[in-house]
Amino acid sequence: MIEIMTEMLSHAFIQRAVLVGSLVSLCAALLGVSLVLKRYSMIGDGLSHVGFGILTISTVLGVTSPLYIAIPGVAIFAIILLKIDNNSRVKSDSAIALISSSALAIGVAVTSVTTGMNTDVCNFMFGSILAMSKGDVILSVIVSIVVAILFFVYYRKLFVVTFDENFAKASGLKAKRYTNIIAVLTALIIVIGMRMMGVMLISSIIIFPALTSMRVFKTYKSVVISSAIISMITFWLRNLFILCL
Amino acid sequence: MLKCILDLNKGYTGEIEKEKHIGYLPQKSEIQANFPASIEEVVLSGTIANHPQNIFYNKEDKENAKSVMQKLGIYEMRKKCFADLSGGQQQRVLIARSLCATKKLIILDEPTNGLDPSIARQIYELLRDLKEKDNITILMVSHDIERALTYADNVIELINGEIKFVGKPQDFQFGGEKK
Repeated sequence: MIEIMTEMLSHAFIQRAVLVGSLVSLCAALLGVSLVLKRYSMIGDGLSHVGFGILTISTVLGVTSPLYIAIPGVAIFAIILLKIDNNSRVKSDSAIALISSSALAIGVAVTSVTTGMNTDVCNFMFGSILAMSKGDVILSVIVSIVVAILFFVYYRKLFVVTFDENFAKASGLKAKRYTNIIAVLTALIIVIGMRMMGVMLISSIIIFPALTSMRVFKTYKSVVISSAIISMITFWLRNLFILCL
Repeated sequence: MLKCILDLNKGYTGEIEKEKHIGYLPQKSEIQANFPASIEEVVLSGTIANHPQNIFYNKEDKENAKSVMQKLGIYEMRKKCFADLSGGQQQRVLIARSLCATKKLIILDEPTNGLDPSIARQIYELLRDLKEKDNITILMVSHDIERALTYADNVIELINGEIKFVGKPQDFQFGGEKK
């Protein structure tokens, strides 16, 4: 099996896939900790549906690189969704359900009106890491490195804002700004990750590592570190599993 | 009123002169119920306002947090998970955090809510010690009128947002009537 593995890894397109896959899984797991703790586990699912809607529309309109449109679009929805807190009239879980199903409906309607893009739709839905173009790969790598660096730089502030937003505001931190940063980073990772995991499964790389680590570890730092490690382990297990099939 | 002082609420009228470093202890939020964070991390997070641009906590902040934790008797269990503590211990940790943020003024929003009377008394006594030994001003909102009157120096009574009473606790009359 190791022989097959090394042979597989000698192909450039597989190397690309592995590089992107591990970086995206890592970033998704890091952001996942903040999202799960803020009770936004479903946001990954919701935003990926929004991404699906935007991607199908831009494909139909003939945009050559739909990712460049999907990223800002999803970011806007991420900011809106994270703005909705428990004091607003529509609760955040209903808002996520509302936006995600509408976006999916629009996407499906658009695809059924136009014909001949069924493979594309399938790619969006279930993802295909090997089908990523060179441009997509470069974009994904840059975005995930930026996300990881920003997460590291804002680590302390993200902790304070997540743990106790009111205290953060009273200490003079711009809590809104950091919530927006989380939203934008999440949007970036979701759009990139959609190419790999697909609309249906993107949530898994965001919430599983965080939830697993939260059961085992009791301090914030150890939870963050273990989510990163778990995301790597599961990524490689997944690769092995696919290889064995 | 607290929210205005703390800049949480923008809809007020009038001017507020404000100190930069305030230690605030909000009412309990439900997010904290199973948040994985050690006592040390929570207390350290109080120092964030001192150097918001740094990536790590610096030595001075860590020393500060350590001495505060020792003062409140929580240094021994600093590695424990915040969510596993009892209500009184959690309140102690949050007071420690607000002490890290300030040297002058702590603002507390119902600190004894949901605590049993003997623990609540410990918290009040802890606050009185802080006031007397460390010269920290303590501003507290409370529904626990009886006990608040025993420990307070000055009382302001608010009913539906209007000030009904300002003065010493011994002069305080319940809702304007004699007790």
